[in-house]
Amino acid sequence: MKIGVLALQGDFEAHSQRLAELGAEPVEMRYASQLRKVQGLILPGGESSTNIILLEREGLWDELLEFAREKPILGTCAGAILLASHVSNPPQPSLAAMDMSVERNAYGRQVDSSIRTIEPEPEFAERTASGSLEAVFIRAPIIRSIGPQAKPLLRDGEEPILVEQGLHLAATFHPELTADTRLHKLFLDKVRST
Amino acid sequence: MFLTDEFRLKVGLAEQLKGGVIMDVTDASQAHIAQEAGAVAVMALERVPADIRKEGGVARMANIEKMREIMEAVSIPVMAKARIGHFAEAMVLQALKVDYIDESEVLTPADEEHHIDKHGFKAPFVCGARNLGEALRRIAEGAAMIRTKGEAGSGNVVEAVRHMRAIRQQIKHLTVTGRDELPRMAKDLQAPMELVEWVSREGRLPVPNFSAGGIATPADAALVMSLGAEAVFVGSGVFKSQDPERRAASIVKATTFFSDPEKLLESCADLGEPMPGLDVASLDEGELLQTRGW
Repeated sequence: MKIGVLALQGDFEAHSQRLAELGAEPVEMRYASQLRKVQGLILPGGESSTNIILLEREGLWDELLEFAREKPILGTCAGAILLASHVSNPPQPSLAAMDMSVERNAYGRQVDSSIRTIEPEPEFAERTASGSLEAVFIRAPIIRSIGPQAKPLLRDGEEPILVEQGLHLAATFHPELTADTRLHKLFLDKVRST
Repeated sequence: MFLTDEFRLKVGLAEQLKGGVIMDVTDASQAHIAQEAGAVAVMALERVPADIRKEGGVARMANIEKMREIMEAVSIPVMAKARIGHFAEAMVLQALKVDYIDESEVLTPADEEHHIDKHGFKAPFVCGARNLGEALRRIAEGAAMIRTKGEAGSGNVVEAVRHMRAIRQQIKHLTVTGRDELPRMAKDLQAPMELVEWVSREGRLPVPNFSAGGIATPADAALVMSLGAEAVFVGSGVFKSQDPERRAASIVKATTFFSDPEKLLESCADLGEPMPGLDVASLDEGELLQTRGW
């Protein structure tokens, strides 16, 4: 199964490693033409503003919008910001593939970054495996609201940190930076069933 | 040491910057230009290295108001430099909440024998290195990112290339060194045995390895990326050139597409004049910045 990992900038290598561990074939994506050859796409962590500039400059934006209508995307941290329908702090364009509003750098700056232990919602455990999950938040966004179509699969207190809507998944943390591959496995399951 | 949550978070931010360009800026308007060009982070400082080199005197941590102004102007991470060994400057930068602290040879060293104990800080540190031993000593002190020193403010990439190749070759060498010979290697490298064993086993540095010092053109950026740099720092190269906006965007493009000749050609076209370059060989020993630190 070929899964694209957007590789303009960010921690795309870590995502590729997790995918390879699960037996999928990661493809580092830098060109629009590559999008047609993959069954799913990961938008990695990195700087969302930088990625937007590069996507627009390199002519990938419209292709990506089209991809989002047909095939599954997993966005982590900066990738989740790209998927959101509304972005604040500061406002910026997005693919609007998911009905949710996110605030960038909502916990503060790097010294406010943290690693937290999360107890999954029953549905997440059911679809993957039970047991707590380690979530790495780095200059992370917070999902401030979600639309009726969007479903939280993981929460930190009241805040949703993993949201599913239709084909897509958005996580505000970095599953690619831990050895726990449940979230990537969940994504591959979605790709398989699409 | 790599397994503590604090260290993982420090390295985690460096991971997010991979494949990107970090640009030196001296005020909010330059920071804004850098962000619009696609920089992944900016380095706030009082004078770019080329000016420090020209004007001489003591180069210190940047002015607090300037750094605040830069932090307010952009949403990307903001780094700032502290003098080698000046842990009080580093405390100020941490309290200011800069995202990364560069313990930098570009500023005048405050301590000629000791570097900062970086484990004692919550803010992550990046440090320069010319070879594997130096890189591992900095990591042992708590650096979560290494960058080649190159020769800052020279506009000449030769030293960055020398340092990147040296680190890569020494790592390669370690991977084929037998266990029985590792203690001797640790002695030669003047690096902790634990880290030497780790590098020998994994074939890479335990933290991201970026490149800095003399990168002035998109082709320079592509060169160091091809040699194994995971991201690029550009100091004087952007704002000492004729057309900073264009050059900044072009260096970003070349860093992303470093192995694509057509994209590189696009990145190198219509750029205007680069910053003036210096022949590093013609500099006196005392004029070199890379020999600061040990």
